Amino acid sequence: MTHPTTAASAEVSGGAKDRAQYGLCAALGLLGAYVLFDASRIGAAASSNDPIGPKAVPVLLGIALIVLAAFYAVDVFRGGQGEAEEGEDVDLGTSSDWRTIGLLIVAFGINAVLIEPLGWVISGALLFWGASFALGNRHHVRGLAIGVTLSLVTFYAFAVGLGVNLPAGILQGIL
Amino acid sequence: MDNLNSLIGGFGDILSPLNLLYALIGVTVGTAVGVLPGIGPAMTVALLLPITYGLDPIQGMILFAGIFYGGMYGGSTTSILLNTPGESSSVVTAIEGNKMAKAGRAAQALATSAIGSFIAGTIGTLGIVFLMPQVVKFAISLGAPEYFAIMLLTFTGVTAVLGASRIRGLAALALGLTIGVVGIDSVTGQQRLTGGIPQLADGIDVVVVAVGIFAVGEGLWVAAHLRRKAGEVIPVGRPWMGKSDWKRSWKPWLRGTALGFPFGALPAGGAEIPTLLSYTAEKKLTKHPEEFGRGAIEGVAGPEAANNASAAGTLVPLLALGLPTNATAAIMLAALQGWGLEPGPLLLTKEPALVWGLIASLFVGNTMLLLLNLPLAPAWAKLLQIPRPYLYAGILFFASMGAYAVNSQPFDLWLLLALGLLGFAMRRFGLPVLPLIVGVILGPLAERKGRQSLQLTGGDINGLLGGPVAWVCYALIVIALGWPLVSGLLRRRRGDSNGGGGDDGDGPDGHLIDPMAQMGRGGNAPGGGF
Repeated sequence: MTHPTTAASAEVSGGAKDRAQYGLCAALGLLGAYVLFDASRIGAAASSNDPIGPKAVPVLLGIALIVLAAFYAVDVFRGGQGEAEEGEDVDLGTSSDWRTIGLLIVAFGINAVLIEPLGWVISGALLFWGASFALGNRHHVRGLAIGVTLSLVTFYAFAVGLGVNLPAGILQGIL
Repeated sequence: MDNLNSLIGGFGDILSPLNLLYALIGVTVGTAVGVLPGIGPAMTVALLLPITYGLDPIQGMILFAGIFYGGMYGGSTTSILLNTPGESSSVVTAIEGNKMAKAGRAAQALATSAIGSFIAGTIGTLGIVFLMPQVVKFAISLGAPEYFAIMLLTFTGVTAVLGASRIRGLAALALGLTIGVVGIDSVTGQQRLTGGIPQLADGIDVVVVAVGIFAVGEGLWVAAHLRRKAGEVIPVGRPWMGKSDWKRSWKPWLRGTALGFPFGALPAGGAEIPTLLSYTAEKKLTKHPEEFGRGAIEGVAGPEAANNASAAGTLVPLLALGLPTNATAAIMLAALQGWGLEPGPLLLTKEPALVWGLIASLFVGNTMLLLLNLPLAPAWAKLLQIPRPYLYAGILFFASMGAYAVNSQPFDLWLLLALGLLGFAMRRFGLPVLPLIVGVILGPLAERKGRQSLQLTGGDINGLLGGPVAWVCYALIVIALGWPLVSGLLRRRRGDSNGGGGDDGDGPDGHLIDPMAQMGRGGNAPGGGF
């Protein structure tokens, strides 16, 4: 997905056209082109059993995505705007906070990398602590303590109690 | 009476102390998660579904039924106390509910919504007991072309009828259908859109999609725009209702139920329309019109009952046809498939014990919810005060846990992040989420049915036409897609005859209608094509 840097400023100012939407149109069009390209590599596997074959749907879908991207662009050109989602904790008056997003993605990635070698209890606690730090929590000890508690409780309740697959990692045998 | 006997059999299968404990856990966890701001019922069931995977189907279903009702009730609590409807279906509840809470009647608002939900849920579930076998009888006669047409009608319903902008709805649907194509084609074994990544060969799990789009997308979106001052929570005591509250609530409960269930049971119904209809009806019928807009109890009781009855109604097409019509039902379909059940007309004959067990579980979960929530409401209200960094960190924590638990592969966590960024972009650009989820789930099914239909005619396109049921569906699709075009033309004609003055007034309006009307034309291609 293309990420606009103008962010929420456009919809706040109201009258100005939200040009970042063209980026979304372009992304839809590119996705359509990729779907068509991918479909072109599918071998002709149609048989009497399946006269349509696996190719028809991706081809139609690719065309549909490109056509939709074009109509979407026309809609934006005519002043069409999507309404950004609101919520009690959402303040659309500020522009997007990319630093927070970046830090969250890092916390997320660390969990994805560490979950198997170190186990859920450690990686999950780090995820919680890192995410709450990214979101503005400055009580590091408290954040880490809550993270450890949560990951221990979920591990025992869900993995041990309900049989959910969560890795124990290096704590195998200790937990 | 056969149905009732089967239902009693279902109760016999599930009522054991251990299973009741599972129901209690489900309701507690479901309410606790559902009550968190920004988490609607669909997100609750998506986040918590993986915890049922380790159990056998019956216990998993009981736990899940508890989560389902808990999540629904948690959502209404948040709407009332914080004015944050987690899902479009509880928007109407928030209108009067939050006003009541602000006027110091939070306890009564919570009570009428809890008892109303219980009554609507019970009547709605009874409705399933009687209606579902009938629908199954009808559904057995349907062939692949009819299924294909019904699915196209569902696509049209969720994109063109419910959303504010059709082009954005259709874009979301196309994205969902694309995600649904990823993986090995079930008929020929060809890889599609996998990019050579082996983990994608089995396709992208619906739970990962739902958790990514709902939970991670929401977390990232809020993180980007976090209000530094948390919203004010209205303190609440134990819910109770006075005599006059009972008197003013019971009729709206029943009327809301009567409105909600049929809409939910339609292949393209949803809860938005019946909750709004119920609100309008109560506003017209009330003896206290002056209270509407300032916190009228009827305006909470009716829509809340309509919402729950509609949720029960969606289980009819889900169980009898395998068609989910809202996001929660879509996750439920994934849940049933996870337990090895294939919803559809054959399910009731193949696995009667499980189906009746599920319906009995719904009764148990619903009752458990009422018993739990009336005394515990003040505790739930405290959850609303969780500091926001911890709240959203917790959402990401549970999202990662759930997504990993589906297949036990770290790759899914990267996928979850990518889908979360997609969900972020959708919120930023105002693309609706429901068409995407429905596209992911129904897309592959629709493709299979479409290919089966054409197999019978050797590829001739007439194979898609099928019988009268399909014709009716296609006619409804044409009406739904064509209506804005017609009304746009009518409006323009009226604008022309009004002359210059009218043009000025219509200008901005026509601007909005125009692209939509064009989509009616252009939309036929994607809507009718696959």
